Amino acid sequence: MPPKLNTLEDLKQFRESLTSREAKVTTTITICGGTGCQASGSVKVIESLKAELAANGLTDTVKVRVTGCHGFCEQGPIMVIDPANIFYCRVSPDDVPEIVSETIRKNQVIEHLLYTDPTSGEKITKEADIPFYRAQDRVLLSQNRRIDPCSIEDYIAIGGYSALVKVLGGMTAEQVIQEIKRSGLRGRGGGGYPTGQKWQQCREAAGDEKYVICNADEGDPGAYMDRSVLEGNPHAILEGMLIGSYAVGANQGYIYVRNEYPLAVSNARKAIEQAKLFGFLGDDILGRHFFDIEIMRGAGAFVCGESTALMASLEGKVGEPRPKDVHTVQEGLWNKPTCLNNVETWANVPLIINKGAAWFASKGTKGSKGTKIFALTGRVKNTGLVEVAMGTSLRTIIHSIGGGPNDGVAIKAVQTGGPSGGCLPAEKFDLPVDFETLAEAGSMVGSGGMVVMDERTCMVDVAKYFIAFLQDESCGKCVPCRLGLGRMLEILTDITEGRGKPEQLDLLEDLGETMTHTCLCALGKTAANPVLSTLRYFRQEYESHIQDKYCSAGVCRELIQYSIDPNNCTGCGACLKACPNKAITGESEKPHRINQDLCSRCGICKDVCKFEAISIC
Amino acid sequence: MSENVFETILENRCSQPQQLIEVLQDVQETFGYISEEAMTAVSKELGVPVIEVYRVANYYKAFSLAPRGRHVITVCMGTACHVRGAPRMLDEVRGQLGIEPGQTTPDKMFTLERVNCLGACALGPVVVLDGKYHRNMTPNKLRKLVQSVQQAEKEVEADAA
Repeated sequence: MPPKLNTLEDLKQFRESLTSREAKVTTTITICGGTGCQASGSVKVIESLKAELAANGLTDTVKVRVTGCHGFCEQGPIMVIDPANIFYCRVSPDDVPEIVSETIRKNQVIEHLLYTDPTSGEKITKEADIPFYRAQDRVLLSQNRRIDPCSIEDYIAIGGYSALVKVLGGMTAEQVIQEIKRSGLRGRGGGGYPTGQKWQQCREAAGDEKYVICNADEGDPGAYMDRSVLEGNPHAILEGMLIGSYAVGANQGYIYVRNEYPLAVSNARKAIEQAKLFGFLGDDILGRHFFDIEIMRGAGAFVCGESTALMASLEGKVGEPRPKDVHTVQEGLWNKPTCLNNVETWANVPLIINKGAAWFASKGTKGSKGTKIFALTGRVKNTGLVEVAMGTSLRTIIHSIGGGPNDGVAIKAVQTGGPSGGCLPAEKFDLPVDFETLAEAGSMVGSGGMVVMDERTCMVDVAKYFIAFLQDESCGKCVPCRLGLGRMLEILTDITEGRGKPEQLDLLEDLGETMTHTCLCALGKTAANPVLSTLRYFRQEYESHIQDKYCSAGVCRELIQYSIDPNNCTGCGACLKACPNKAITGESEKPHRINQDLCSRCGICKDVCKFEAISIC
Repeated sequence: MSENVFETILENRCSQPQQLIEVLQDVQETFGYISEEAMTAVSKELGVPVIEVYRVANYYKAFSLAPRGRHVITVCMGTACHVRGAPRMLDEVRGQLGIEPGQTTPDKMFTLERVNCLGACALGPVVVLDGKYHRNMTPNKLRKLVQSVQQAEKEVEADAA
């Protein structure tokens, strides 16, 4: 029977009882069980670790905690052994016996499992000393590392639900809204709208029936912070939504989550069940509030990340946006006042209530407060989730945390904000990352994707990629988006296939401007950003595609040819076997040849050649 | 369609049009696709016109209106995977199996699908085979993965014979 936790004192006592339950535990082994580490095989590591500890009679003194994402996905499966704070990466089930016999029993560090700093080449023993973590301010993400997402006790042990008890125990709805307003919290999903203001508008909207929604339809390709937070810390979202529902006066909430995130769906479902058992959800929440949350899965439509389309989808309809002349805080889900916030926004709410608006506002810049999680991916050494105070420079994120260029190839740009954002060149890396600065530079913070691009990335191809993506995802309801994207894609295809004309660049800008001003929803209004920003900063790449039919990155297939240098080719046959189009011929140990008519220019042969005999010309 | 399974899916959801997408999700997950028969039944039980059920099933990418192969290869085409070479994964499968995204091999062994992002961006390129994620894929690794499935099917066939 779960305890009844009505007051802060009850919660404190329960928290202390949790700590005393673990009095015998001398060592805690934390293993990441997030989607990333699962893809790297963490499930098997966890199984064999549990078996090995049982076989050694260590289950009482050694606790295994399976957590959500730590953020350093590249190095997964990740294991941290506390209290020594020893960090092991890329752990395989075969390493487990050694970990138990050496590290757990004898306190010996196992060299080959340590992380090697790619910049200095040094082995690092402690998690806290790893540069990727050290330069971050992990307010939200650090919670993931300390809790099992399927355990409400773990969440309570680190102070969970104390913000809810504080709010229901003695704050009025107006006080809550004022606190959120003072913190300066702005929407983390891309819009950057002031959260407190949204709550107030929803509270003041006419009507008794109101809804709150958590937008976990993280469709931006290259962004996965919402998945990691919902998957690794679902109770924080529930607590944030509970506080929000009390503030705006709602009794029903929904979490709309992508079906591509199965682990997030299942962890959030478990969290809701547990919260009900503990009396944090349901008809009688501390005698002050009633509120329920339901999970609804998306079905693979990017545009459903847009608030009005999301609400249509929640109603079981086709996810098409509607004009926002009447805001969703007035008429949203089923035409009732609805307060929709993003996962990361909700997760920040309990922190603000617990630590105070002043604490939150002390981080960040004048207009952008607090910390923000970014998904740092692409052509950079350390990829993963990065949480920094707003206003941190791109250079700090990409070079100090990300470790700089991979394979020694110079970084030339970073794409921020997903398909609605833009590409910023390396010269702009000293810009502070905040809502206003990135927007002025032609990009946006967006939901927080940061894809690093180096000399091997063609910027025209990137623009084409995004436009193709958006055309595929456009719902087709409004004309400028439906036709504009199609026309843009035609032009970009012409350019990347060698049929481009100089005047088409002006046409692209024209189309972009028209779409920005006339499209119905944010998808269309921002759709031209990838094209406009690359035209602004990388115009010479467009021009060389058009005038010289040359793609400097060697990406645009119609403009390149692969050829084999007979002097370097040993006739090993690796490329011949690898070619999916059977375009390579040659006898064993004699130089091979590529039949250009069959070649699709995929470059697979170049990747497999060990003798550098294949080049792009 | 198995009546019982279908009843379980619709349990507590009858006459609730807002549950349409959730119900179709479960149908897709259970049967691998959404048949005409399923659409008619869903329409009747939820009280949504068939045309609306069809429209929703056709609109969202997660739903397939045709049966899929025994094994589904999903190539992530998110930005991070794209810049690290995801298009080559499609090339590899195209060359090896002769199918385009959305198609199924004539022997019904494989369906090739593309997804716009799986949220495992740090591990790109990512390929999912029958629900299992494979990180840092190369065309070479993918070819071996596909061959291993073909091999396993052959062995099962040989055992059955």
